[in-house]
Amino acid sequence: MSDPSSPDRTPDLGAIAGLAEAEAASQSLELFRRMAVARAFDEHVRRAQMAGEVRTLVYLGVGQEAVAAGLSMGAEGSWVLGQHRGHALYLSFGGRIERVIDELLGMPSGCCGGMGGSPPIHDFERGIVGHNGLIGDQVPVAVGMAMGGTNRPVVTVFGDGAAEEDYVLTSLGTAASRRLPILFVCEDNDLSVLTPTRDRRTWKLAEVARGFGMEAVDIADDPWLVAHWTTALMDRLPAVINVRTCREYWHVGTGSDGPGEWNRYEMVKSRLAAMGLGDESRRIEREAAQMVEARWTERLQIRSAS
Amino acid sequence: MDRTVADTIRELTRRHIADHNGVVVGQCLSAVGWVQNTVPAQTEGVVELPMTDIAGSGFAVGLALAGRRPVLVIRFQSFLWLNASPIVNYAAKSKEMFGYPCPLLVRAIASEGGGTGPVHSHAYHSMFMHMPGLPVCAPMTPGEYEQVWERYLSHDDPLLVSEHRASYKNNRELPDIVRDDAVVTLYAVGPARFTAEQAVADLADRGIVCNLIHLVWLKPFAPSPAQLDPLRATGRGLVVDATYETCGAARSLAYDLSQATGRMVAAMGLEERSPGASPHLDNLTPSAERIAARIEALLR
Repeated sequence: MSDPSSPDRTPDLGAIAGLAEAEAASQSLELFRRMAVARAFDEHVRRAQMAGEVRTLVYLGVGQEAVAAGLSMGAEGSWVLGQHRGHALYLSFGGRIERVIDELLGMPSGCCGGMGGSPPIHDFERGIVGHNGLIGDQVPVAVGMAMGGTNRPVVTVFGDGAAEEDYVLTSLGTAASRRLPILFVCEDNDLSVLTPTRDRRTWKLAEVARGFGMEAVDIADDPWLVAHWTTALMDRLPAVINVRTCREYWHVGTGSDGPGEWNRYEMVKSRLAAMGLGDESRRIEREAAQMVEARWTERLQIRSAS
Repeated sequence: MDRTVADTIRELTRRHIADHNGVVVGQCLSAVGWVQNTVPAQTEGVVELPMTDIAGSGFAVGLALAGRRPVLVIRFQSFLWLNASPIVNYAAKSKEMFGYPCPLLVRAIASEGGGTGPVHSHAYHSMFMHMPGLPVCAPMTPGEYEQVWERYLSHDDPLLVSEHRASYKNNRELPDIVRDDAVVTLYAVGPARFTAEQAVADLADRGIVCNLIHLVWLKPFAPSPAQLDPLRATGRGLVVDATYETCGAARSLAYDLSQATGRMVAAMGLEERSPGASPHLDNLTPSAERIAARIEALLR
C-alpha cells in the first residue's frame, strides 16, 4: 500500500514564498487574533473539563486553529458547516462566544440549549450551521444548501476520516457536476481517532476532487496560505482545499499523546516576530486569553446564580 | 373522471413550486411516467438527484435549511433504509437539537406484488414512527393528501408520508363505517384500508357487523372521540396494517387504542417472512379473507 501521509505531511507543503510578508500587517494580526482566541478557548475548555465544569464530550482543535482562521479571512459571509471539532471554526466566523460557552456548560442559553455539547454548536443567524455528530454528515447538507440558491456561497469543513464517507465523496461529485458555489475544506490531521491515513486508504482527496472536475489544492496549515487559497478559490467554486494540520489532543477529551509533527501556532508567532510584529502578537495573545477567561468566569457565575 | 391521488399530488407539487419557491428532489423523477404521474412534467423546481441515497436525503436537508421546503421522493420505501440517517438524525432532531426547523416532506412510496420481491416490497413507516420529531402519516385519498400537504405548509416539522402505489388511482374518499349493531371495530392503515373495506362487506354478508375506522395520522397518534367511541361500544378491536407486526405500527396503535379505552385491541400485519418475487412467494397486504378470518377468530 502506498502511503498518502508521506511525504506530503510537512509544514511547508504548497508554500508560497513571501505570502505572509506581502499581507497587510493589520490583516496578519487579525489572522493571528482569530488563532489566539480559538487556542485560548480550547485550552480553557480543556481545563474546564478536567475541573469538572464541562461535563459533555469535548472535541478540542488545539493545533489546528490556523485552518479556521485562514479560511474565515477569505470566506466571510458564507454559510459555514463544520463538524464536531468546530470551536475554532465557530469563533473564527463570528459565532457568539457566550452561546458556545453556555452550550458546553449545559445551560438553556447555549446555542443548542445544552442538547449537544461540542458537535452541534451553531449560530444560524450568522450563517454557522449545526452538525448532528455524524462525521461528514454536514457535507451533503452543505451541498443541498448550495443547491438552494441563497445567493450565498457555502463552506463545509470536515476531517480526513470523514472524507472517506461515501456520502462525502458523492457530495463532491454532485457539486462538481452542478458547478455549485461550495468550498470543501478537509482538515487533514492524518488521524481517524488514532488510526493514520496510511492504514485506511491509498488515495488523496485533492486528486479525487480533480478527477471529479474540481480545482483542488493540497497544502499545509500556514494560515496565510489557507487564506490565500480560500480567497482565490471562492471565485472558482466548487473547489477543494486539503489542509495538512496537527491535532495536539485526543480525538475526544483532554488527553495527549505528545506534541504534533509541527506546532503551527508557535511558527506563526515566530513569523510575526520576524515581520516586526512580535509585540503586537504578544499583546493579542494576552488579550485573547484575558477575554476568554473573563467570558468563562461571567458565564459560570450566571450558571451558579441560576 | 374525478381527480385521483396521483393527480392531487402532482397538482399540489406544481403549485408548491410555482407559489412557494418549493422544490421536488429525487432519483429518476422524469423517467417512465414521472413517478406514476405524481410529479409535474417540468424542469422548473424538479431536481434530478444522482443515484446517491444517503447523500440524497442530506441534499434535501440542506435545501430545507435554505428555505426551499423540499419534497423528497423515495421511489421505493426500501431506499428509506439508506436515506434514513439525514431524515431522522438531522431533519427530525433539528428543532430539539439546534432550535431551528428543517421542514422536509418525504414522499416514501411503497409497492408490493408484481415481482418487487424481498427488498423492494412494502412500507417501512414503523421504523420512522420510532424516532422523535418526525410526524408520520399514510394518506390514501385525494382529500387526505390535501390535508397532509396543508399540514406540511402550515408547520415547520419534517413529515414522512407513507404512500402506496395502490392508492394512486383512487379517486374517492374513504369514510368511516360506524353501526350501532357492530360487534367489533376495525382500524385500518395504508393499503389495508382497501382490503379492510372488502372484509367488512364480506363479514356483513355473513351476519357479522363491523365498524371500520380509517387511520391517516400514525404519529402523533391522537384518536378523536369519534374514533374511540366505536371501540368502547364494541369492546373489541383490531388494527390492520401492511407492515410487519413486531415493533410495528399496528401493535403500537393497538396499544394506544387499548390504553385510551380499556378495551382489548389486537394487531395484524404482514406474515413474518420476506416476500418473494414469484407470485406464490409474495407476502401482500393482509387480504380481505385474512382480515375476515382474524375477526372471526377474535369473536370466537
